[in-house]
Amino acid sequence: MTACREPASVLIERLSNGETTSLELTEACLAEITSHDGAVGAFLHVAGDSARQAAESIDRRRAAGEPLGRLAGLPVAVKDVLVTRDQPTTCGSRMLEGWTPPYDAHTVEKLRDADAVLIGKTNMDEFAMGSTTENSAFGPTRTPWQLDCVAGGSSGGSAAAVSAGFAPLAVGSDTGGSIRQPASFCGVVGLKPSYGRVSRYGLVAYASSLDQVGPFARDVAGAAMLLEVLAGHDRRDGTSVDQPVPPYGQQLEKPVDGLRIGICPDHFGDGLDPEVREAVERALDIYRGLGADVQEIELPHSRFAVACYYLVAPSEASSNLARYDGIHYGRRTDDHDGLVEMYSNSRGAAFGTEVKRRIMLGTYALSAGYYDAYYLKAQKVRRLIQQDYSQAFADVDVIASPVAPTPAVRLGQLTDDPLQMYLADAYTISANLAGLPGVSIPAGFSQDGRPIGLQLLANAFTEDRLLRAAAMHERETDWHLATPTFAGDAC
Amino acid sequence: MSETHSAEPSHGQLTREDVLKVARLARLGLDESEVEEFTGQLGQVLGYVGILEEADTEGVEPLAGASERTDVLREDEPGESLTRDQALSGAPRHDDRFFLVPPVLDTSAE
Amino acid sequence: MPSPTTIIGLEVHVQLQTRTKIFCGCANRFNPDEPNVQTCPVCLGLPGALPVMNRRALELSVRAGLALSGTIAGLTKWDRKQYYYPDLPKAYQISQYDLPFCQGGHLDVDVEQENGEIQSRHIRLIRVHLEEDAGKNLHDESGRGGDSRVDLNRAGTPLLEIVSEPDIRSAAEARRYLEEIRLLMVYLGVSDCNMQEGSLRCDANVNLEISNSANESIRTPIVEVKNLNSFRGVEAALVYEISRQQREFEQCGGIYADTAKQTRGWDADRGVTFAQRGKEEASDYRYFPDPDLLPVSFSDEWIEIQRAELCEPPADRRRRFVAELGLSEYDAGVLVDRGRETADYFEAVATACGDAKQAANWVTQDVLRELNEREETIESFPIDAQGLASLLGMITSGDLTTRSGREVFSSLMNNQGGDGSIVERIASIVEERGLSAVADSGALETVIDAVISRNEKAAEDFRGGKDAAIGKLIGEVMREVGGADPNAVRETLISRLRP
Ligand SMILES: [Mg+2]
Ligand SMILES: [Zn+2]
Repeated sequence: MTACREPASVLIERLSNGETTSLELTEACLAEITSHDGAVGAFLHVAGDSARQAAESIDRRRAAGEPLGRLAGLPVAVKDVLVTRDQPTTCGSRMLEGWTPPYDAHTVEKLRDADAVLIGKTNMDEFAMGSTTENSAFGPTRTPWQLDCVAGGSSGGSAAAVSAGFAPLAVGSDTGGSIRQPASFCGVVGLKPSYGRVSRYGLVAYASSLDQVGPFARDVAGAAMLLEVLAGHDRRDGTSVDQPVPPYGQQLEKPVDGLRIGICPDHFGDGLDPEVREAVERALDIYRGLGADVQEIELPHSRFAVACYYLVAPSEASSNLARYDGIHYGRRTDDHDGLVEMYSNSRGAAFGTEVKRRIMLGTYALSAGYYDAYYLKAQKVRRLIQQDYSQAFADVDVIASPVAPTPAVRLGQLTDDPLQMYLADAYTISANLAGLPGVSIPAGFSQDGRPIGLQLLANAFTEDRLLRAAAMHERETDWHLATPTFAGDAC
Repeated sequence: MSETHSAEPSHGQLTREDVLKVARLARLGLDESEVEEFTGQLGQVLGYVGILEEADTEGVEPLAGASERTDVLREDEPGESLTRDQALSGAPRHDDRFFLVPPVLDTSAE
Repeated sequence: MPSPTTIIGLEVHVQLQTRTKIFCGCANRFNPDEPNVQTCPVCLGLPGALPVMNRRALELSVRAGLALSGTIAGLTKWDRKQYYYPDLPKAYQISQYDLPFCQGGHLDVDVEQENGEIQSRHIRLIRVHLEEDAGKNLHDESGRGGDSRVDLNRAGTPLLEIVSEPDIRSAAEARRYLEEIRLLMVYLGVSDCNMQEGSLRCDANVNLEISNSANESIRTPIVEVKNLNSFRGVEAALVYEISRQQREFEQCGGIYADTAKQTRGWDADRGVTFAQRGKEEASDYRYFPDPDLLPVSFSDEWIEIQRAELCEPPADRRRRFVAELGLSEYDAGVLVDRGRETADYFEAVATACGDAKQAANWVTQDVLRELNEREETIESFPIDAQGLASLLGMITSGDLTTRSGREVFSSLMNNQGGDGSIVERIASIVEERGLSAVADSGALETVIDAVISRNEKAAEDFRGGKDAAIGKLIGEVMREVGGADPNAVRETLISRLRP
């Protein structure tokens, strides 16, 4: 088994006691990328040289006994939606192809401060819009478990990178499930923090009121470790919360006393794949076995979540993506007759279909005559959804559910039917609308070997408890230890 | 909000003209097949979101974001600016001093 | 046919005097010579960058709102106003839509009417809101259709928008309103309102209400005249536009096919307004609350703290100068309109010398004349208020004649009198030139008697009724007694010759 497939905590241990060096680890990851990423498509940019240099410099500092950051020497892959001053940032779009930003995202600064080795930028649905990473302008990402199936999305590249052993840790972003769903499809742990827990400064906006940066790891401890690095107050993001970051990793061994798990019957209705249902029920049995109290809860407005999300997110997106106008950065087409055409033709040529679809939807929802019926109505429903959750969390510590209705789908299976694709986000979307933390943890496989995740949601800013609840399940199972086979036909 | 924000939604009845109008507003050049595709698909999505009418939102305050904090301010203290080269570095066209754009023809004498 | 009623509303944009821009730490500085050097990811609208509100911009805004008698909102928020223009890097302007920080308010302005009477006009305000300024497009002037250039130094400058009700009734009134807003903003330290640099700009909405031949009241379509950037420009553009609308009304007989609001520009060189090409479609700004900026709440305590920072507004100060200091309306206007520092200087002189009228005379005439000649501001005036007050005090007490006072004043302006304080320099100038008025009347009388006896003929002529003859006698006395008060000399001579 390659070194990079070990959990992050094990690798940190080995690095600090001298069993391995950062350069060795970095080389091992780069070798895995060379062998397999042609088939997986996890990276848009591999920063081999700068990663080696960073690794060597950290090894030297370690040898000299200098103090090092908490991720010292560990390769980390970063979703291409976070700006990096030394690596191109494309957001999976032709629009930004070739652009190297003049600044680092807050979370990228945090990774550098923690002495992580930034190994490259990962593939994603264009501007984070999509659930399969098929909307990347640079080709899809496949789940390393079955190469004719998608990695999920939009953070498909980061999920696949961790799953494939290209990097022990990766950073993603989640606007409607974009960390949790690919984590489920790739069999890794992926956590979306509470809104405001992690700074969005330098996270290229899709839907500002929903976007949040979060960690991918092979196990819960790795996710906790990376979250500790990413989280924290940033004065450059007004929505970032000024609350201390708890030591998430410290208490993971400690089960949540009298854990109360809520399940919502609506989550187990028609359209749920039987194998997914089975995996979730098995997980619930494990929790029951650990003494948890599993009780039914009501989320009366959850049936509106998809509709609410697909008004709020595209509305904000239509505004956030207006800045790509071919003037200050990004693509401009030469094919135009004057300024107005320059705008339209540049945007028409450089944006992919799903981005255009959401810009159209959002522009329509905000336009004169429709604001009240669409955007404003969605905001009111959003409050009802949030209220449902605050009521539910009065009675339970976490809410368990599937992450997605099915395991990873085949490439091309949903691309022609946007509405069906949107409906598949039903389980993950509410956490973003309500600002709640959620995690996807490995909970089994389909008969044909595709991973299945379990989603746990918790009340805002209770990531510590959420992670402890996730760790309880992980200790009883070994799904997270399985390694992908790169099976299937990668054409 | 203002009276411009009050017309009835046309769930699922999106016309080709609606699509063209929205594309113009969004400065989004669409080819013929996209116009046709979007007319159907957006109509379908708008039809679906009509489900929200079933939610009773009488007296419910809209929720703009998950954060309900207020009063996040910065002090009026200088921060770092970019150099001009950095500012222009991503621009498709510039002359080392300014961003360049096709002529902005918004005025014409009578 | 009764004369038409002019209906004007102004939208005034005022750049705030903060150190940094509204949402980032870039310098808020007029800098046209070095384009694109005051930008950062935030004001360039780079992907990923986020705005954070400048506290000082809020404070200055609320002070302006209070000084305009507006109602400060308990909670205010920012919205995105979306349109495409190359000087707007995010393709939306962060502005305020339905919850501006200030609603209502008013400004009273004194306007000279055509008959010369001064009338006080009460101009109501709709709202005041805080938004970000755009950058600047520079168009190719060659006429060859070359590229436009974009400078984003100004992008993100905090901008106050003050929107009036359509209460303004003439071009002159519009100009006065704008001048008064400028003065108020400068007094408050909210803005430098430098029109050359664009820190005060104005758009005007104007139309006419005219009776047609059937005695029906018809309104001409509203025209928005954009980008008026001088006081003269505002007045001239409105004068032109009012007569243009009247002409048009007469030509079309009050029948308008299209009553949609029209946008026109002002060509200052040709002195005409001109139709601006219609937008691609009716504007649809798709306002929605900016999810990156959280709302701001103002507590009553905080608002009171801002109120305490307000100075006396210029209108109140003019009134007080007239009512309490006994100044003429004219002098009060000159002193106050010249700016807060000049009015402060005057008040300091008036208080210290105890004679407000004399202080007003000296400041409006001597001091302002010197400032105008030197093209300097009161801050760099070489005679401080204490110094001028002591000079005026000497005149009031009779220690110096007015004439000698002027001589001392101009000596001080020419840096004479050594290098002590102004008061010390005055003393040394008076001493050096023997300007001290002769307090000892006996000595003066001795000199007068001697002059009369030396000039028999002139004395006789005066006694015989030739008034002009006294001039020669006064001149001689003055030559002998440098600091003598010419009026006192004249009176003593008269009492001697025509007892
Ligand atoms: Mg405005
Ligand atoms: Zn800036």
